[in-house]
Amino acid sequence: MMVPVEGFMYPNEIELQWSVLIVVYPFVTGLVAGAFILASLERIFHVVAVKPTYRLALLIALAFLLVAPLPLQLHLGHPERSLEMFLTPHKTSAMAMFGFVYLWYLMAVVLLEIWLDYRHEIVLLSQSTTGVKRLFYRALTLGSSNISAGALHVDDRVGWVVTLIGIPSAFLLHGYVGFIFGSVKANPWWSSPLMPVVFIFSAMVSGIAAVMLIYMAMMKIRKQPIDMRCVDTIAQYLLYTFIIDFALEMLDLIHRIYEADESFRSLDFLLHTKLFFSQVVLQIVIGTMVPILTIGFIQIFDVPEKLRRVAYAICGCLTIIGIFAMRWNVVIGGQLFSKSFLGYTTYKMNLISREGELIAAALLILPFFILAVLVKILPPWVESQAPSGD
Amino acid sequence: MITRRKLIVLLPAAALAWKYVVAGTPELAPNYNRSEHWWGMLLDIDKCIGCGNCVRACSTENDVPDGYFRTWVERYHVEDWHQEVPQVDSPNGGKDGFPPSTAIGGKNFFVPKMCNHCVDSPCTQVCPVGATLHTPDGVVLVDESYCVGCRYCIQACPYGCRFLHPRKLTAEKCSLCYHRITKGLTTACCENCPTGARQLADLKNPADPIHEFLKTHSVQVLKPHLATGAKAFYHDLDGSVR
Repeated sequence: MMVPVEGFMYPNEIELQWSVLIVVYPFVTGLVAGAFILASLERIFHVVAVKPTYRLALLIALAFLLVAPLPLQLHLGHPERSLEMFLTPHKTSAMAMFGFVYLWYLMAVVLLEIWLDYRHEIVLLSQSTTGVKRLFYRALTLGSSNISAGALHVDDRVGWVVTLIGIPSAFLLHGYVGFIFGSVKANPWWSSPLMPVVFIFSAMVSGIAAVMLIYMAMMKIRKQPIDMRCVDTIAQYLLYTFIIDFALEMLDLIHRIYEADESFRSLDFLLHTKLFFSQVVLQIVIGTMVPILTIGFIQIFDVPEKLRRVAYAICGCLTIIGIFAMRWNVVIGGQLFSKSFLGYTTYKMNLISREGELIAAALLILPFFILAVLVKILPPWVESQAPSGD
Repeated sequence: MITRRKLIVLLPAAALAWKYVVAGTPELAPNYNRSEHWWGMLLDIDKCIGCGNCVRACSTENDVPDGYFRTWVERYHVEDWHQEVPQVDSPNGGKDGFPPSTAIGGKNFFVPKMCNHCVDSPCTQVCPVGATLHTPDGVVLVDESYCVGCRYCIQACPYGCRFLHPRKLTAEKCSLCYHRITKGLTTACCENCPTGARQLADLKNPADPIHEFLKTHSVQVLKPHLATGAKAFYHDLDGSVR
């Protein structure tokens, strides 16, 4: 397939190396980090209003975290050798640390915190259920069936410490993803010390928006009332992080425009042509300014509850689209111009291939199936165990 | 002192490690001492005529797949009023030579490109498994039996010298014909250059003409601001070359 090229590209540059799957990867890890940080608001910072989403946020983080390595694995030329990154990691490589950061976050933070938080219910379920279910929940107790007040207090304290460690770990997970891009000095679109910080704040934005949306959708599905105090508080935090994220991104953009170094002409061209829709329209206007202005408006004016719900749902969706566009613009946008700054290539996605649209879509849908299973196994709400229709 | 007890512990560990030791050892010729060499290349812009012999020779010697290049040649056209924005073309990497230039005025010249075998190579730095390696004689190689195909090195190379081999699915680049130079031969591109625009240089060999050349000529590397320690030395490199 001939790839349309404008100007001059080094001959090996015409084909893009990192596909849509590498867009999906930081998007998914961002949701994980953001969801976990939202969960920590209640646990560490005692923001009681967001308590209804605490457990759900943890389960969302786990569901997406389990999917996070899949796009990378599918992208590798030799996935069967991926274990070498653990066995013989190259110490100077930012990418080599992925496995360790990932494992730390999965095993030492998310899984441990969920287990500690759910242990009481797991033990009760292991006693109240029968057959295979009983065996399953007994296995989940990991042999720890003491649910005395003292033991639960220890769970709570240890869980608090794990969350405390989890916050910098969440920053590490996603800041590290930003560092993978930000440390590539060959690519001026990526090379920026702001990249890890921008990735962290955009992760928080997407994670908070995702938890808000999923919480509202689940309440709708369960025919339960939405806790508006909770959603209002989440929206407030979404606004705050969004403002910081937008300020950082604009700082980066304005700095590039004002400095106008040798790469500027190239990047400016991209922004006005190939990336205009995804960067200016989707990311900046629809995905950032509209949600910020809408939620900001709600903070200032008295908006009826029904309208707020609709506004939050729309803003949540736009935010998710905007953050996905941001990942796209970083990953794909960073490969559309030549390192000679003299030409541009085109990214053509295949529908059906190992790195095609269908696989990317499947990877984005898969966490929701995992989440459905997790919610079934470990219900995040006490009410969900009560008969419905009350 | 290795006791029998220690040997019993060490042997299985050595057996496990052996395949990695073997995989990381480049092909060597007898009597070739890697510590006695430090390889680079001299590329003389004034001598390059854009015939594409080097590209064809490299392609044949190293079985480079069509559409990918371990080395290629670019043709520059720089107009007086646009010194910083040259017009560049490289049809099929210059493999089939170049059609006559239609450009009027300004200056025209050819620039052969290849891996710069950087001392502080960004590609080696980022490789997550160490499949890209520095040999003790100053060559950057890829161990294709170890490369996972993540393509981080391709992103990190500022010169566009790397590609993913479409069949092997591992990173690929100029090996400075390591299989030849360790046997006392020169590279395929140097061997086939009709004007001597490319010359293999051994910086550790005091008798190598490179030393005299570097002392008496204006020599530059590509993108020096990136501080990669490039060892592809260009004679009379125009400031417009990227």
